[in-house]
Amino acid sequence: MLGIVFALPRVPRGKPVFPPMNPLIAATRRDLLLALRRKSEVLTTVFFFVIVVSLFPLGIGPEPVLLKKIAPGVLWVAALLATLLGLPRLFAADHLDGTLEQMALSPQPLGLLVSGKILAHWLSCGLPLVLLAPLLGLQFDLEASALGVLTVALLLGTPLLSLIGAIGAALTLGVRGGGVLLALLVLPLYIPALIFGAGAVEAHIAGLDVGGHLSLLAAMLALATFFAPWATTAALRIALE
Amino acid sequence: MHWTSLQDFLAMGGYALYVWGSFGACLLLMIAEPLLVRHRLSQVRAGLRRERLAETLDQENA
Amino acid sequence: MTHSLIHWFRFASPQSFYPLAGKLVPWFWALAALTGAAGLYIGFFVAPTDAQQGEGYRIIFVHVPASWMSMFIYLVMAFWAGLGLVLNTRLSGMMAQALAPTGALMAALSLWTGALWGKPMWGAWWVWDARLTSELILFFLYIGFIALQAAIDDPRRADKAGAVLALVGVVNIPIIYFSVKWWNTLHQGSTINLNKAPSMATTMLWGMLLMALCFWMYSIAVALMRARAIILERERHTEWVKHALD
Repeated sequence: MLGIVFALPRVPRGKPVFPPMNPLIAATRRDLLLALRRKSEVLTTVFFFVIVVSLFPLGIGPEPVLLKKIAPGVLWVAALLATLLGLPRLFAADHLDGTLEQMALSPQPLGLLVSGKILAHWLSCGLPLVLLAPLLGLQFDLEASALGVLTVALLLGTPLLSLIGAIGAALTLGVRGGGVLLALLVLPLYIPALIFGAGAVEAHIAGLDVGGHLSLLAAMLALATFFAPWATTAALRIALE
Repeated sequence: MHWTSLQDFLAMGGYALYVWGSFGACLLLMIAEPLLVRHRLSQVRAGLRRERLAETLDQENA
Repeated sequence: MTHSLIHWFRFASPQSFYPLAGKLVPWFWALAALTGAAGLYIGFFVAPTDAQQGEGYRIIFVHVPASWMSMFIYLVMAFWAGLGLVLNTRLSGMMAQALAPTGALMAALSLWTGALWGKPMWGAWWVWDARLTSELILFFLYIGFIALQAAIDDPRRADKAGAVLALVGVVNIPIIYFSVKWWNTLHQGSTINLNKAPSMATTMLWGMLLMALCFWMYSIAVALMRARAIILERERHTEWVKHALD
């Protein structure tokens, strides 16, 4: 997906730089470019994830059996917290410089622009966690097949976290103590994703079928893809009033 | 009526702590909440009365 | 039809709702006292001792009503919130705001009584039972709603943001409940079900229903009182409030 960003068409001067583009892709591309310029923010999220996961063996002890048992839960909880870290920035900068207001007034549907921003948030904050999780899973002595299930579950679950989190980010936009409040609002709503995501890996380790867990995660993702951008848009319009 | 005495009733068949702890907490909070709300209401009303009094005094002095 | 509808909409303005609520509150207090007295009498003096749980089961008479009310109030709150978003009425948001603290109180009571029931029955103050866990999450949702409204200074924005949150919560509650239930069965949780006391006698059921009615009437009375306070706080600069004090 990152290829889109670099595949900017090279056009001669004087002509429109961008051909007419789907507003969703345009919004995604813009936010990804911004994220690339501020790499430290993405890296902070990633290192936060690594540090939180590494703290658990230090707090609990190096027993491989115990660590293997808690690995799915630890990795998932750390992923929830790491996603949370990037959420306050999702709309804040655009809100401050007035871009968000322009988006709301533009003829393009705000829902599509918001979806693009959420997609960009997932690509910059969620996808790196998914790619890094198998590596961290090795620290917890997970087998290759369990690492595979963990990656698939996170691949389905982290977009869900970005989608639900966007609603909270929009609701707390410009509000006193926004960051902490955001965590309070969003974390309870993350529980189903946590249960099925970590549950899939646990079930696999226990030798059970993981199809049920993964299809429920996929169903929740499908539901959130339809409703979350809509709720986020409504919340943004309230914040912009 | 299956309680033989007040002592028997209070003992709740050995579950006194749990039963009275539950009912006591409910009673306490369900008395405290309305009192707090009533206090809030009377505070608002007192503030409004003061404002109204200040307004009438302003008008009299003017 | 349209005439009676207009008649009802008249009460949707804070100005006419304020005195109406004032008149209704004592009646709901009276109903709460009556049903509460009857429920407690049946609960303590008529309902027989449970064969398995002894006298400890009597916690059911407050635990179940508190749990029911905590869930029901969230639904009512979301209903008012949704109504406020659709019809843009001022009163709806005030009602939602008035209900939230009572709902949180009911969730807290449900957790407290659940812990006190769990200790003698399961041997632990807290068990990660599906119902207790869902109730805890519901409590968090209430706290989030109250915190969000408290953090926004503009009351109209607070109402609308709270409404979106309440509606998102209402969509999520069934998902959360079923996921927690599934998680619980997978992890071989407790097999005792608190809310289905074995061989529940009819008198027990009556006591529980009367107590539930009492908690319901109580919630309406407190919410109406709080709504009155909120109305005065928000409409303090309007002309009618100055005359409503007498």
